[in-house]
Amino acid sequence: MIEEIFTASVFASTLRLATPYIFAAVGETFSQKSGVLNLGLEGVMLMGAFAAFYAVHATGSVIIGLLAALIVGALMGLATAFVSVTLQAEQGISGIGIYLFGLGMSELLFVRLIGTPVSVEGFSRIYIPVLSDIPVIGEIFFNHNLLVYAAFLLVPAAAFVLNRTTFGLMIRAVGQNPEAADAMGVNVARVRYMTVTIAGTLAGLAGASLSIALLNVFQQNLTSGLGFIAVALVYFGRWTPLGVLLGSLLFSFVNALQLQIGSIGIEIPSEFAVMAPYVITIIALVFASKRAEKPTALTKPFRRGD
Amino acid sequence: MPDTLPTQPRISQLHMRGMMKRFPGVLAVNNVDFSVEASNGRGEIHALLGENGAGKSTLMKILYGLYRADGGTIHVDNTPLTLRSPQDAIGRGIGMIHQHFMLVPSLTVAENIALGMKSTRGALLDLDRVRARVAELSERYHLKVDPDVPIWQLAVGEQQRVEIVRALYKGAALLILDEPTAVLTPGEVDDFFRVLRQMRDDGHLLVFISHKLHEVLAISDRITVLRDGQRVDTIPTSTASKLMLAQMMVGRPVVLEYDRKPCAPGDVKLMLDNVNALNDRGAAGLRDVTLFVRAGEIVGVAGVSGNGQHELAQTIAGLRPCTSGRIRANGQNITNKSPRVLHRCGMAYIPEERMIDGVIKDFSVAENFILHDHARPPYARGGLFMRFRGIRTASQQAIRDYEIKTPGTETPIKSLSGGNIQKLILARELGRKPQVLIAAQPTRGVDIGATEYIHQRLLEERSKGTAILLISEDLDEILALSDRVIVMYEGRIIGEMPREDVDIRQLGALMAGAQ
Ligand SMILES: Nc1ncnc2c1ncn2[C@@H]1O[C@H](COP(=O)(O)OP(=O)(O)O)[C@@H](O)[C@H]1O
Ligand SMILES: [Mg+2]
Repeated sequence: MIEEIFTASVFASTLRLATPYIFAAVGETFSQKSGVLNLGLEGVMLMGAFAAFYAVHATGSVIIGLLAALIVGALMGLATAFVSVTLQAEQGISGIGIYLFGLGMSELLFVRLIGTPVSVEGFSRIYIPVLSDIPVIGEIFFNHNLLVYAAFLLVPAAAFVLNRTTFGLMIRAVGQNPEAADAMGVNVARVRYMTVTIAGTLAGLAGASLSIALLNVFQQNLTSGLGFIAVALVYFGRWTPLGVLLGSLLFSFVNALQLQIGSIGIEIPSEFAVMAPYVITIIALVFASKRAEKPTALTKPFRRGD
Repeated sequence: MPDTLPTQPRISQLHMRGMMKRFPGVLAVNNVDFSVEASNGRGEIHALLGENGAGKSTLMKILYGLYRADGGTIHVDNTPLTLRSPQDAIGRGIGMIHQHFMLVPSLTVAENIALGMKSTRGALLDLDRVRARVAELSERYHLKVDPDVPIWQLAVGEQQRVEIVRALYKGAALLILDEPTAVLTPGEVDDFFRVLRQMRDDGHLLVFISHKLHEVLAISDRITVLRDGQRVDTIPTSTASKLMLAQMMVGRPVVLEYDRKPCAPGDVKLMLDNVNALNDRGAAGLRDVTLFVRAGEIVGVAGVSGNGQHELAQTIAGLRPCTSGRIRANGQNITNKSPRVLHRCGMAYIPEERMIDGVIKDFSVAENFILHDHARPPYARGGLFMRFRGIRTASQQAIRDYEIKTPGTETPIKSLSGGNIQKLILARELGRKPQVLIAAQPTRGVDIGATEYIHQRLLEERSKGTAILLISEDLDEILALSDRVIVMYEGRIIGEMPREDVDIRQLGALMAGAQ
């Protein structure tokens, strides 16, 4: 029975299912590192998912779909930045506002513009000669669509930006001690605008990875809590891209197992299966969130003394 | 030494004229002129002296581009300077070391220095280059710093060196130092002054902000005194004296030394026996602290900020659990007893964080005055109903007795000055006729006038036979009031001596941890 559960396809779908988590949570890492808690991720993902889906539905081009998701994500990110950086709104509450906006708006647009459930021709798997043909390894690692590879490449790229560039240094400084960064001539608001927009763009991409790569459909509340888990994964991953990657893999593995167990007909109440990732999230957070790596200025708006 | 560093001063004179800055409700800087000038290649150390709230920081934050002035002009080498942000100031060679250090604790020294600077590698960090130039600077100015240590691992004195190196690195020709010595031991102050003198001799312009008279006299070339946002005068340091400066700061004659009757201690009133407690981070905050205070004596606890003084005060006051050991007050065991029980044992507490532990900010003067005894006569009937007449009469009496400046008993406490809030706390705590008094930083952020008053009151309590534990980071205060001095270092008591035997140099060494 163990062999029936831990098949190569479970590992392959672990990597696939990790994609939206990675995009969203790496983006959120940028935002949180700079001190902005971006709780509206889920709403941005839904908007990105719908934009991508609609564009592919209308034009048949996945590239246009991808661009649509990136643009909508970036715009939602800018809106989030405006609310939390310029208007200095309470970030928890405004995040819920953005979530509800994305939830309602994406559904409204879907009902008005498409109406009936249809599927689209999304990103297809890329066949890599030789590598894709290796037994087991090929199935697990080299049999995915473009966005899966992009997500995994994003992780080292994000770590590089955060740790090795002047922009990354500014992000870390602004999230820990914005007063000091300001006194050193760093434009705190600009840095935060940039990170929150990056988070929005990547959340849009995360949505696209669901609607035009993983599932190739759109429906109301397509993300069903995935964006909130992504926020938690940033805590879980201790504000590092690598940690976020590990967390994403853990969660997608749980998801993949759950699907596999269901598919071989083992009886687990479906409510329990749906609950599992959330329960694990909460447990993980209880143990993970007390660490010192947390940006001290997280959720605190910055205003100069005058 | 080959001059490879961009430390060549680029400012020979700076003039601020008619500076104005208004905050809601206060005119923080009112028509102030201020200048710093080099002559014959030698820079200048210009001290900016004034009480807390005089407007020193505000004036200099304008010069650093953090605040925008409501009026006035700034000229650097006779060209007008407009400042919109610190970036503009840094670009013109103006640096500032703030009262609260502007360092990011989680970043390393090199990263903190690189922050906000252009990198020679474009978007990529060039920390190797930063390290190399930090090494050059630390050698030239004898400022030992390790570029790869994160800031949170450094002691305050070391953090200050990082601040100075960073300012030099950024090519500050004019460096503003806002109360830089507040965190240093006397020994460290000497080293620090040596660095400042060398910088001046290299042609740097320095603004030294302080409210400590002896430091200003020791280091500066000229002194400008501010009072209530206005410039009182600017004088060459060679013509200044302590008494004269103090009177300029306060605006009336002051007493700098107190008449103290000889100490005649009675029974032990407060006793700590091997007390241990944790700090806020959960590490050891107090380690095996043993001390006693007798009736009619003041025991001063000296030490550099963050060496357990805060934990000591809170543990005795019942606000922080004691993990082992015993505390006795007035003959009763008060270890881990609630503040209520301590009150009943005759203990009073003047807390360090007066706005957090001392008063309720949004309550009125009268309400704050009766905080402890609100349920008892004459303030309440039957333990339940407030008696407003009793409350009003008693607080009016306290306002008179303690010379508290307030528009009335119903004024919210937060609109009073630090000194007056502290006097109210004193009135409340001393009004209960305590036998043991814990005074933690009783005059921090309090003006000279109120400080003088508070000191006189503490000495009066001493002659009434109260046992007083004075915990203070202000060494002058410790020396002016104490009968016995205890030194704390890393949560331990590492020295104790009668006041007469205090040697300032030795005390400084103890504060820095020397055995
Ligand atoms: N950011 C601010 N907002 C409002 N009032 C301020 C601010 N900064 C300083 N003040 C007020 O301005 C006055 C001068 O303060 P400050 O310049 O800090 O004095 P100093 O540095 O001489 O102790 C004080 O009354 C203070 O309360
Ligand atoms: Mg100040």
